[in-house]
Amino acid sequence: MNSPTLIVGLEVHVQLLTESKLFCGCANRFNPDEPNTQTCPVCLGLPGSLPVMNERAFRLALKTGLALNCDISPFTKWDRKQYYYPDLPKGYQISQYDLPFSHDGWLEIDGDGDDGGRRRIGIIRAHLEEDAGKNLHDESGRGGDSRVDLNRAGTPLLEIVSQPDIRSPQEAKRYLEDLKLLLTYLGVSDCNMQEGSLRCDANVNLHVTTDDGKVAATPIVEVKNLNSFRGVEQAVEHEARRQLDEFHRTGRKLGDPGVEKETRGWNADRGVTFAQRGKEEASDYRYFPDPDLAPVTVDEELLETIQDELPEFPAERRARFGTAWGLSNYDAAVIVDQGAVFADYFERVAKTCGDGKQAANWVTQDVLRELNERQLGIADFPIAADLLGRLLAKVVAGELTVKSGREVFAELLARTDRGEDIGGGDIDAIVAEKGLAVVADTGALEVVVERVIANNPNAAEAFRGGKPQAIGKLIGEVMREVKGADAKVVRQMIVERLSR
Amino acid sequence: MSAPLAREEVVRVARLARLKLSDAELERFAGQLGDVLGYVQILGEIDTTDVEPMAHAVERTNVFRSDAVQPSLGREQALANAPKSDGRCFLVPPILDAG
Repeated sequence: MNSPTLIVGLEVHVQLLTESKLFCGCANRFNPDEPNTQTCPVCLGLPGSLPVMNERAFRLALKTGLALNCDISPFTKWDRKQYYYPDLPKGYQISQYDLPFSHDGWLEIDGDGDDGGRRRIGIIRAHLEEDAGKNLHDESGRGGDSRVDLNRAGTPLLEIVSQPDIRSPQEAKRYLEDLKLLLTYLGVSDCNMQEGSLRCDANVNLHVTTDDGKVAATPIVEVKNLNSFRGVEQAVEHEARRQLDEFHRTGRKLGDPGVEKETRGWNADRGVTFAQRGKEEASDYRYFPDPDLAPVTVDEELLETIQDELPEFPAERRARFGTAWGLSNYDAAVIVDQGAVFADYFERVAKTCGDGKQAANWVTQDVLRELNERQLGIADFPIAADLLGRLLAKVVAGELTVKSGREVFAELLARTDRGEDIGGGDIDAIVAEKGLAVVADTGALEVVVERVIANNPNAAEAFRGGKPQAIGKLIGEVMREVKGADAKVVRQMIVERLSR
Repeated sequence: MSAPLAREEVVRVARLARLKLSDAELERFAGQLGDVLGYVQILGEIDTTDVEPMAHAVERTNVFRSDAVQPSLGREQALANAPKSDGRCFLVPPILDAG
């Protein structure tokens, strides 16, 4: 038996970054501490209230559709999807059924191999709908009432449905990561998974080649509410194993009588999917066009306007960082994957110091380390890109060693930690105070070298006697006295002096 | 008088609407719903061969509002009509979810 083929499609829900909700003026803000303070007759579904479409939400949706290479429908409308659930006060969700605003796009991701091969994952559609509120279940086990917070009810939500083109758990994770990165570059969502701004369901099944050479498909399972990248990867992996095992035991196939699509949950602690209570009957949402909302038409002019607003996408940016700044694929990916603001920061540092590789080293090592230690985003990093660029310009010009540059960098941070404002003048001041300027004057250096050798006859003797490592002590002494000295130059001078 | 709706259809629609109907009501609504459908069926007599389906009864499109925050209701007002609340949230009978 060949190994089975894994078939995965992802449904991603992403909250849009608007000020107000999709159909009313209530604030679109994550606020679980103050439940039911961001509601009005429209999002509470009170009689007589009427929804009006948020223009910005629709434009953000269009932006996303274009970035996902979708066809944009010239005519789109909204429909009522009817079901009863306590977090849905109207008894229906305003969604899009047969005329979504966009369809038939794709997102390109890295393939599983190391050969740099790319995989194009199809997008069936993206549509704009309203989010539901939040049910908070009684967890005491005593069967207490569930509580309902409607702050989230009516916030704008984009549903992005991929084709079942994903073939491995790793690909599922990468698709979600790349989608999130794209959405944050576009600025359409903060994609905060902890706060539920980005949520994912996975449709999973297997194509198994049986001994008689026929291909059988296992029943499709939808794994709901995957709220982390790792969760998506692990849930798909677990589900693939579980389905193969079940197929071997029961032989149940897609299309067999009585086989329906199953909904399962994901238990991240135990690493298993679990069956959710079956619905009493197959869902019947009885969609029909919402009579309260006018349809929307999109003309070429609007599309061009939105197209012009599109930023450089992450994939393009990685490629450009390679060609324009000479970065390795790895460095370019590390920088771009940190987000647009970080990549902008890098680019400004590179422009100011004129050396992309040097800028990449500092940004991916020193800056990232400080950000992690300080739990900061790049927007709040105390050393501005221009300032770091000016510091690195000195390193690039050979006026400072990399080691001295790090000392200045640390001192700049120390000054901001003390609440001081820092500027370009601080770099020169620190260099002068600490005596870090590279000493190009070999005459001055020679004096120190002579003195250090004279003061350390044992080390000098050991080096002459065939112990090259003894030179370390001598270099160290010289460097202590002349901080700005270039260690390579010092080594060379000592070697020459001792071999005379 | 049109043909009444099949009884199981009425049961299904009632369940979707979360309505509990007695046998007598099922009987009565089967007849009434059949009448309503029969009345709407009259539209079927019109020849719509070359007519585009309508998405909306009004011919207006692109009705938008700007993305501006307006004051919300106070929580007390928001919860005022709730059959049950704890002063912060709406309370509903426990929702059973496996997991």
